[in-house]
Amino acid sequence: MQPKDAAEGGQKAPAPTAPVPPPAAPSPSVVAGPSVSSLGPMPPVPDTTRTKALANVIVQKFPSTKVDYVREKRVKLTSTVDQIKEVAFFIRDQLGFDHLNVVGGTDYMQQGEFEVIYFVGSLSTPGQQDLVVQLAERVKREESPKVPSLTEVWGAAEYHERETFEMLGIFFEGHPDLRRLLLPEDWDDIPPLRKDYHSPGR
Amino acid sequence: MSTAFEYSPDADKIMAVSLGPQHPGAGHFRIRLWLDGDYVVRADPDPGYVHRGEEKMSEYRNYIQNVPHLERPVILDSSGILFAYSLAVDQLMGNKIPPRAEYLRVIMAELNRIISHEYYLGILGLFVGQTTMITWCMGDRDLFIDLAARIAGARVTFAYIIPGGVRNDMPVGIEVQAFETLDWFDKRMDEYEKIFFKNPLWEERSKGVGVLTREHAIKLGATGTVLRASGVAHDIRKAEPYGAYPDFDFAVPSFKEGDCWARGYVALQEMRESVKILREAFKNIPPGSVRLKLGPQPRVPAGEVYARTEAAHGEMSYFIVSDGTPKPYRLKLGVPSFKNMRVIPHLLKGVHIADIPPVYWGLNYWPVEADH
Repeated sequence: MQPKDAAEGGQKAPAPTAPVPPPAAPSPSVVAGPSVSSLGPMPPVPDTTRTKALANVIVQKFPSTKVDYVREKRVKLTSTVDQIKEVAFFIRDQLGFDHLNVVGGTDYMQQGEFEVIYFVGSLSTPGQQDLVVQLAERVKREESPKVPSLTEVWGAAEYHERETFEMLGIFFEGHPDLRRLLLPEDWDDIPPLRKDYHSPGR
Repeated sequence: MSTAFEYSPDADKIMAVSLGPQHPGAGHFRIRLWLDGDYVVRADPDPGYVHRGEEKMSEYRNYIQNVPHLERPVILDSSGILFAYSLAVDQLMGNKIPPRAEYLRVIMAELNRIISHEYYLGILGLFVGQTTMITWCMGDRDLFIDLAARIAGARVTFAYIIPGGVRNDMPVGIEVQAFETLDWFDKRMDEYEKIFFKNPLWEERSKGVGVLTREHAIKLGATGTVLRASGVAHDIRKAEPYGAYPDFDFAVPSFKEGDCWARGYVALQEMRESVKILREAFKNIPPGSVRLKLGPQPRVPAGEVYARTEAAHGEMSYFIVSDGTPKPYRLKLGVPSFKNMRVIPHLLKGVHIADIPPVYWGLNYWPVEADH
């Protein structure tokens, strides 16, 4: 109600160097980062019991799975290309994560790897509708890397995998219809979301 | 391109037709249809005519510069797409948003939800021949645009919700105009029900048409109104409350039918809930600052974040990988229309040609958003 004060009375940008560990969870699923406690009381420490339990179940069943991070409502697991399908079936059937949100892909050029990541939520199981399992896999960065398609597990993956295929040039083996989706049909450059592709003029 | 489209051994029986991309009933979007007489045998959505490479663009701009171009895919619901972005960046930086800003974000998001749903219902009515619906909806939508314009200063692309809060405070005394509009709109929605949803013609055109079962809705990854019309009462505002939403009392409307009628009706019921939220928000908004001073080029610590919100079309999600530089290393935009696109071939299979518009427009689908 004081339009003049709009931008005033705020706080400084958090110091980037402060090595303060995670907490500071004003809203769900907070990332490790510096927190500012100058305004009001400290927010509660994130409760990771549910996600930790989830991660433990998966790691016990598939010891080769690596847990990258566990947060209040997010858990990221990295599986291997050979095993990811089994892990995915396990997550869907035994843990009830039935709703695929998004499939993402990242080009880690300096590490020479691509990461494909599936974000899976749960609709049918009460009590875990706010959780998201992030199931990732790493594949060597080469001309045409191959990973198994998870369309059998989550039907929704079909178009997401097609998008990842055209944007990063990752081939999904076993995909029913692996064609380009968004790019023009006469696109003849390298896949645009690879880090060695540069937009015209940049 | 596959030759199947140009030539088919059943060519005398099966006809291949393109719906769009220049067809006024398709938007910037093409659906390839294979027809047997009057019935659709197979449908293949072909998006990408308005692909802008938002994700690549984001890698060249810093976190503040990304704000205005990221709202372009969904100009109908520009606050919906920026809410998720701001949430992701705030979580990455550990920002504690002032309470007044949280309320203003909710106000703007709900205004935008109404604006977007009005457009959706209007277009849905238009393409099944109920032209009263588009004239009413477009006219009523303007009242909410006026309200939003008084708060944000623009009519369509607001760029209002930004990392660290909102861009500016709302003007003093806007509550009067807001309550007037909301009171009037409450009564207006009863008229929508009478003229559209209880209209025997629309009921006949839409009830039992394009039925999406609960199992298929989940399996095909549907979100938003489509998901809720198929019997899944899933709304991120309730399932994973963010911002100031825990403060508000609202219901998540859902219907078991899964047909076109239910999809439209869910949108109407959602507008009623939005009106409730808006009333509460305008009444209880706390005083204080509305923005953190982040500077023109905020430093974002290295890390990953996946944030999601309930936008007007469905679940909006961002996956941001930061390497500690001022620009995102990777920004993955998960837009609801893209998620709902998988439903199109499933629903169009086997329908009558005349049922394509209610099925397609009933999905709350926005081609520009799907192409991002």
